[in-house]
Amino acid sequence: MADYPTRLADLPKEERSVSSGHRLCTGCAAGTIARLVGKAVPDKPLIWVNATCCMEVATTIYPFAAWHIPWLHNAFENTAATASGVRAGLDMLMKKGRVPERDIEVIAIGGDGGTYDIGIQAISGAIERGHDFVYICYDNEAYMNTGIQRSGATMHAAWTTTSPAGEVVLGKKEFKKPLLRIVAAHGLEYCATASVSHPLDFVRKVKRAVDVKGPAFVHVIQPCLRGWRFDTSESFQVARLAVESRFFPLYEVYHGYKYVLNYPNPALSKVPIEDYLKNQGRLRHLFRPEKNQEIINIIQEHVDLEWEKLLELAEFSEKSAIY
Amino acid sequence: MAKAKTLGMMGDFAVAEAAKLCNPDVIAAYPITPQTIIVERLSEFVADGELECEYICVESEHSAMSACYGASATGARVYTATASQGLALMIEIVYITASARFPVVMTIANRALSGPINIHCDHSDAMLARDSGWIQLFAEDCQEAYDSTIQAFRIAEDKRVSLPVMNCLDGFVLSHSIEPVTTLPIEDEETLDGFLPIRDPLYKLDVDAPIAQGLLALPEFYMEIKRGQQEAHLKSLSVIKEVIQDFGDRWGRYYPVVEPYQMDDAEVAVMTIGSSTGTGKAAVDELRAEGKKVGLVKLRCYRPFPVKDIQAALKKAGAVGVCDRAVSFGSTGPVYADTAGAMVGRGGPLVKNFIIGLGGKDITIDTFRTMYDNLYADLAKGEIEEPVEWIGIRGE
Repeated sequence: MADYPTRLADLPKEERSVSSGHRLCTGCAAGTIARLVGKAVPDKPLIWVNATCCMEVATTIYPFAAWHIPWLHNAFENTAATASGVRAGLDMLMKKGRVPERDIEVIAIGGDGGTYDIGIQAISGAIERGHDFVYICYDNEAYMNTGIQRSGATMHAAWTTTSPAGEVVLGKKEFKKPLLRIVAAHGLEYCATASVSHPLDFVRKVKRAVDVKGPAFVHVIQPCLRGWRFDTSESFQVARLAVESRFFPLYEVYHGYKYVLNYPNPALSKVPIEDYLKNQGRLRHLFRPEKNQEIINIIQEHVDLEWEKLLELAEFSEKSAIY
Repeated sequence: MAKAKTLGMMGDFAVAEAAKLCNPDVIAAYPITPQTIIVERLSEFVADGELECEYICVESEHSAMSACYGASATGARVYTATASQGLALMIEIVYITASARFPVVMTIANRALSGPINIHCDHSDAMLARDSGWIQLFAEDCQEAYDSTIQAFRIAEDKRVSLPVMNCLDGFVLSHSIEPVTTLPIEDEETLDGFLPIRDPLYKLDVDAPIAQGLLALPEFYMEIKRGQQEAHLKSLSVIKEVIQDFGDRWGRYYPVVEPYQMDDAEVAVMTIGSSTGTGKAAVDELRAEGKKVGLVKLRCYRPFPVKDIQAALKKAGAVGVCDRAVSFGSTGPVYADTAGAMVGRGGPLVKNFIIGLGGKDITIDTFRTMYDNLYADLAKGEIEEPVEWIGIRGE
């Protein structure tokens, strides 16, 4: 059993990945995600492959870069493919003795647009080929870098600039794509969801993912204060409600079929989805000028259905003899 | 240690043999006609242990070039091959790779772009990438495709260049034609007897010396970066010439960036690129035997565009027809546009454009006879009446 930190105070003090001085928005948790990844594996050299996204544009504006580790950006949709090239290059150079033999970890990271939508082919290909790398999707449920456009990750009914809350259509018509189940279907050794509101859980999952020889995937929810319309101080509370309302449950999938639920505890009473929705400006049209109970109910039903599905998968995994 | 052998080889086989000789560390490739044989052959070399290399069977050409970019960033020697739609799909990353100054060698088995879909030769695919910042070389025959592959790695990885190189051979006409190819006699396979040292990158992803690559550059710096890229590209011409000279001095085969054929006293001349050069030279021989003073200029290196060499090769001719196996719709053929730009205001020859061989339409000695006849007619009139002529269109 690997040794995982149990208190935030146990995490290394030093910043290994991104430094202060980057230009992410005040209160944005994307920087926290990058910092926690660095702190999760203090003993391993990292190479960071970054998709085009907020994290990229805000941390590397030429001639400045806010990274303490080797960092590479290529384009938007091809981060997993770029990472597979980095992995292959490193492995062969080490094999031929031209780079000292080290246990270097390749981290690929992209937003939800670069992962759910335009990047999913490259991710599927790289996972199928079995390269040893960790892909992290930080999911803020829209194309935030281009100004809040709808993605496959955007939740049902949410306002974005391309799924406006109009007179006839009230925000996004579709539901959030079940990304982790799609990833898990590849049968990779480890993938998990995480939330910035549960940093120790996230750190443990990153560490676990890094320890996998082969591809691993961590999908972390990162509420966006600009796109979701909430105060700069609220990123972590909103993320916590996403988990506690069962909208974004935290779980792990081993070998593509063993589902393990982490949060929220099913024994605790359900936090109604309304509690999660009501303080987000992107969902204001569900509450003003008058409350749209019908859509709130639809969202609640969808959350309940997905939750039941997850519980069933977890229960089946527990009973299953094959793992 | 390998001795020189002369074997009958298809162009694709010759390229695969040459790429293997150069010991790439990473190959990332996706199948597409008429290039597929190259990467099939290379995967066999890896499977048989003849080539120690990470061979990534990517799920698309876009990912092929993306993986090449990532691998080159680590300091590895990187190779790929594609054609037509494959190049079109990866073109975004083709540009990014050049701007990152990451050496990669890519063979293009030239094939027409869709639509209509067509698997046969023209240069519309390579021309799609002419502004991408890659060095572009075009081979006349299978031997040149072999030799050019080896030269390409040396050019790309030279620290004064540090740019990706695109090696073009005409689809089917060369890729699937068997010609005699003489392999290199090599004693030290690790460095090809010193011709191709192990790659020593200027910058790389190094956990002991971290750098960030692929940064966002806003108006304060973007244009300056592009200017630097242009200077590196233009300066690469002298390195290309140096490599051609060194290769020739070692192994006796010289391929100038611009090769004049029977140009000393040529009244009219055509300029060719790729495999039609051989047919053109045969046409020149026939017409010369009939007493006509015709010549040909072969353009081997299209990017960087060797302006001075072209000016020197063409200056004495009366009329020149530039052959393009591609067209910029609404304008002219791309090679013509470059050449006309190089010749303008110099009081040199009349210059016109022939569009030939699109989508695999045969280019024969008769094609060249037609072009030379038309050039003589223009020369007699003293002006070009029709600046762009399409040769061999049905019903015309």
